[in-house]
Amino acid sequence: MSILVYAEHDNVSIKGATLNTVAAAKAIGGDIHVLVIGAGCQAAAEAAAKIDGVSKVLVADNAAYGHQLAENIGALVAELGKGYSHILAPATSNGKNFLPRVAALLDVNQISEISKVVSPDTFERPIYAGNAIATVQSSDAIKVLTVRPTGFDAVAATGGSAAIEAVAVAKDMGLSTFVSEELAKSDRPELAGAKIVVSGGRGMGNGDNFKILYTLADKLGAAVGASRAAVDAGFVPNDMQVGQTGKVVAPQLYIAVGISGAIQHLAGMKDSKVIVAINKDEDAPIFSVADYGIVGDLFDIVPQLEKLI
Amino acid sequence: MKALVAVKRVVDYNVKVRVKADKTGVELANVKMAMNPFCEIAVEEAVRLKEKGIVSEIVVVTVGPSAAQEQLRTAMALGADRGILVETAEEVQPLAIAKILKGICDEEQPQLIILGKQAIDGDNNQTGQMLAALAGYAQGTFASIVKIEGGKATVTREVDGGLQTVDLNLPVVVTTDLRLNEPRYASLPNIMKAKKKPLDTKSPADYGVNAAPTVKTLKVEPPADRKAGIKVKTVEELVEKLKNEAKVI
Repeated sequence: MSILVYAEHDNVSIKGATLNTVAAAKAIGGDIHVLVIGAGCQAAAEAAAKIDGVSKVLVADNAAYGHQLAENIGALVAELGKGYSHILAPATSNGKNFLPRVAALLDVNQISEISKVVSPDTFERPIYAGNAIATVQSSDAIKVLTVRPTGFDAVAATGGSAAIEAVAVAKDMGLSTFVSEELAKSDRPELAGAKIVVSGGRGMGNGDNFKILYTLADKLGAAVGASRAAVDAGFVPNDMQVGQTGKVVAPQLYIAVGISGAIQHLAGMKDSKVIVAINKDEDAPIFSVADYGIVGDLFDIVPQLEKLI
Repeated sequence: MKALVAVKRVVDYNVKVRVKADKTGVELANVKMAMNPFCEIAVEEAVRLKEKGIVSEIVVVTVGPSAAQEQLRTAMALGADRGILVETAEEVQPLAIAKILKGICDEEQPQLIILGKQAIDGDNNQTGQMLAALAGYAQGTFASIVKIEGGKATVTREVDGGLQTVDLNLPVVVTTDLRLNEPRYASLPNIMKAKKKPLDTKSPADYGVNAAPTVKTLKVEPPADRKAGIKVKTVEELVEKLKNEAKVI
């Protein structure tokens, strides 16, 4: 068996979710090739070659791939993927965007967001917002899978020395053009890969009050997230949303502040190792999943917590 | 231009789903069903584009059991002009649904196809992208703003870390994210009118599609239980537990 793994990267370095995806490939077992697609992405390809367990890196460096437009990279991955038994991508917004195109072009179904490899053709995945776990078996010739990063412990980013091979195929379908992007700038770690996450909910009251969470997070080296209620209320931007329809996180420590614990939020964080809940309502559902709960006014508790650690 | 909207009948999002005792799936008997919330947003977007004079006709389609007519009637009460039910009692997986929708696109020639980004039952997030690939169309997934002007679509997409805006050729497949719009409620007169709107019934075979699944569900289980922990009285106690018991800070 040979497995093709799509690498998530920023042209210079490999993003963490790629390492979890290589871990899923290792659990399947076989020769692992990593595909780096981009414009000016040589440095990322060199970083990919160092990932533990990777035997070859394919690099498709072309202006048409600059913004990972699904129409172009979908066509490329479908062509390169024909000879593989499995094609994997992390279940990031990129992976979710282009990989179903690859599956359709190869005339196979995709299995989305696998959280465990049972055997090379059988996988576990959450359904109904994580309220049930399905074990599914694919009879398709090529298994096309997105991988939920929190389901797999990342492989080491160093220690490998894979050969790098350039791919000359240029696929510009002429269907789509990049216009602009607005990415939140932050010195804090990314939500998806952070070891500690501090999240605020509707109880924060407004966007300004999130400052106390930022102060706490900076002291802990943590990322800051939010519940859907806080995002919908306009306190913070949508890319901070933790939950089934936002980001799924599984840090070592998750601190939920003023979050009641709606089912869709729990789906996004209940695999965290340790959960702390701070809420003034002692009956809030968040306490049913928290290892440590503290009932009280978050505006007293959070500053105290920040001082004591 | 004509718009095609695809919708799905799913367990209502307010229902807490339960796994069946024999682990074959989740309990669907006597459970309230509704239109998938992302699909409601898709219908709403098409209706708003019609109100702006950009869309001239809205065709709504679903693939599912006979009872899925209810969701087509709901979409028509919200403003869709006619419905197509591709009826099947069997489970149809995303690739086969995308092939059926491709068949409908070949017949209807819509310039704009809107779907929800995912259904809240299977959480697959595939059908729109697959349809776009099969038809050779551009796609604007996870859309939070859709503008149609000058013979193209400009779509702002919710991506990891922020927003991305792309220009897309028509015909285009758009999949909706939560913040694209807030769907309206159907008024009683519109619900009555919707009952008289045309609804065609077809089968997957009418579009030459073999709908047999290639992914088999072996079992469905409840997720691992997470036990409630303890409540601490003071912040000092919390910090002590995190340092010495949980050892996470």
